[in-house]
Amino acid sequence: MKENGTFIKRAMVIGGGIAGISASIDIGNAGYDVILVEKLPSIGGKMLQLSETFPTLDCAQCTLTPKTVETGQHPHIRLLTHSEVEGVEGKAGDFTVKIRRKAAYVDWGKCTGCGLCQEKCPSKKPSEFERGMGTGKAIYTLSPQAVPNKPVINPSECRYFLEKKCRVCEKVCPVGAIDYEQEDRFIEEKVGAIIAAVGFDLMPMETFGEYGYGAIPDVIDGLAFERINSASGPTTGQIRRPSDGKVPKEVVFIQCTGSRDPERYMPYCSRVCCMYTAKHARLYKHKVHDGQVYIFYMDIRSTGKGYEEFIQQGMEEEGILYLRGRVSRIFRDGEKVAVWGVDTLTGKKVEVSADMVVLATAIIPQGEAKGLAQKLRIHVDDYGFFTEAERKLRPVETDREGIYIAGCAQGPKDIADAVAHANASASKVQALFAKH
Amino acid sequence: MDYLYFPGCTLYTKAKNFDQTARDCSLLLGFQLKELPNWTCCGATFPLATDNIMALLPPSRILARAREEGTTLTTLCSVCFNVIKRTNRLIRNDGDKRDTINNFMETNYQGDLRVLHYLEILKQDVGFPRIQEKMKKPLTGLKAAPYYGCMLLRPFEEMEFDDKEKPTLFEGFLEAMGAEAIDFPYKIECCGSFQSVGSPEVATECGYKILGSAVKNGAEVVVSTCPLCTFNIDHKQADIKQKYLDFKPIPVLYFTQLLGIAMGLDYQTLGFGQNFVDPLPLLKGKGFI
Repeated sequence: MKENGTFIKRAMVIGGGIAGISASIDIGNAGYDVILVEKLPSIGGKMLQLSETFPTLDCAQCTLTPKTVETGQHPHIRLLTHSEVEGVEGKAGDFTVKIRRKAAYVDWGKCTGCGLCQEKCPSKKPSEFERGMGTGKAIYTLSPQAVPNKPVINPSECRYFLEKKCRVCEKVCPVGAIDYEQEDRFIEEKVGAIIAAVGFDLMPMETFGEYGYGAIPDVIDGLAFERINSASGPTTGQIRRPSDGKVPKEVVFIQCTGSRDPERYMPYCSRVCCMYTAKHARLYKHKVHDGQVYIFYMDIRSTGKGYEEFIQQGMEEEGILYLRGRVSRIFRDGEKVAVWGVDTLTGKKVEVSADMVVLATAIIPQGEAKGLAQKLRIHVDDYGFFTEAERKLRPVETDREGIYIAGCAQGPKDIADAVAHANASASKVQALFAKH
Repeated sequence: MDYLYFPGCTLYTKAKNFDQTARDCSLLLGFQLKELPNWTCCGATFPLATDNIMALLPPSRILARAREEGTTLTTLCSVCFNVIKRTNRLIRNDGDKRDTINNFMETNYQGDLRVLHYLEILKQDVGFPRIQEKMKKPLTGLKAAPYYGCMLLRPFEEMEFDDKEKPTLFEGFLEAMGAEAIDFPYKIECCGSFQSVGSPEVATECGYKILGSAVKNGAEVVVSTCPLCTFNIDHKQADIKQKYLDFKPIPVLYFTQLLGIAMGLDYQTLGFGQNFVDPLPLLKGKGFI
């Protein structure tokens, strides 16, 4: 590759989820260098938390891990994980990006990824990656297959940082990689194009008073169900509810929690909930044969390839009960969770005494998306999703040349759409580089 | 400080004990309820139809007259409170409705009264710490279930009383008196309201569920803020018992009756004779009277 001295043909991808990974691999395969910046210690994003994916029901990690490994080993991709973009200057072909490399308190150059520090760390807290279930340590990697497989210390949970004692990880580390004195570092990278692919978050359950403000232990969100159902999750894939570990026999799923509710929450459709709820229900039935599933829905939106067939199969062959209507209230009733809703097709009030409730909470932008948009000087919509240059014909470009968007940062998408969006973004970058 | 007081119809009849104890307690707490002269029915329901001006006139008349007498209006009954507060808000915010109402009634009311429920006075103006200071017989060991019903809380945007799903104001009040506030999921559910006239079985079922839920969660007494709720969950307990054989009666008190006990008023002035389920055995057993 020729570097002509004026137009830098190196790309930066911000966000290491499936969109950022796909874009990075595409650009790297074209022979251009890519710097992939990820705020978490390893790449993979939300998809790494999923158990199986619709409509094929294949294992998310089995499909994703080859991609993360490829990214980690790609000769043209440089990973800057545990890092955040601080500032962006310049224009297409000549951006200068200031990056904060957050202190890991582990010298990744020395670390071999043996995992001994995590095994011995005495600080045990509910794991964020496991959506508050399972056990997380103060020194951790997000998963055993993390790329890069290097741990970081969370100083807000580490005994040494909190109480100035412990230092167990330092003692057990066979290569002396622990460094409590490490500080955030700032570096500058020069790139010619940037893809912002910072993904999404879920509306917090604390938002929903009518559903118990997130305080009922057996009311969980979709990502928590993914973790419960995942072989690598806190229950090793057995469907057990958080409060007492019992196998739930009556499970209620509530779609559109926070979506399509212009008066109170988000007016838009989050697009993936109909499908993942159907997937959850089916996976649950595959594991708990005598369990009963109730799904409260507003409409079923299954417009992707093979999606409607997937829903129909659940209804017809797996006995999943779909109730068209909303749930007005959920509360804890002894060991049960009382669910009050309505079936608008029969006009009857429905009360379910459930063992567990799964809320398909709305997809919202990442908290830092707005700040990043300001640094990139691109627009966001009313909710904080990045705005594309033109809704129909320029879906991955922004108003600024050389800055592109990919994945759920632009709006809710399923995996297939996020990957297609990222592929399109990467091809725009390649075209830009090829032109100069 | 004095508050203009709109009693409402039931406070002179079925809920005399509520009215009297509220007046007596206010004197002990340092304020007076100044009864509105020539008051009339509140209208009893806030109209759901947007063009139903007629139903807005009774509460508008009360508000306009009250404004001539002062700036703050208080009520005890949750239904009256709901109708009057929402009408007040409508007059304040909807210029067209305000003009229509004022033209019809030949008044010039702008919606600038402060409308408070008695509980709000206790929380905002008196303050729970001061109530705590006034305790002569703290209700230590009493497991009291605060029953809000729906009219105090909903619609949330208009009532602005407390969190609509998980209110805590009433709990704070009970705890200030030394009682243990029992949380129960039915505390914000409807008592059955006027259904007790047309479809009594609906109201009976509501009462059965509300009281059952309170008892299940350990309540010894249910505390009410509203004569209509009290009618459905106290006076109807005989009907509930007849329909649901497993039902066990439980005393229902107005919050002002409990306040009276705790502030050391003579229990014979607290009107317990009007309570359907006799609370005296419980109160005597606890050593409060």
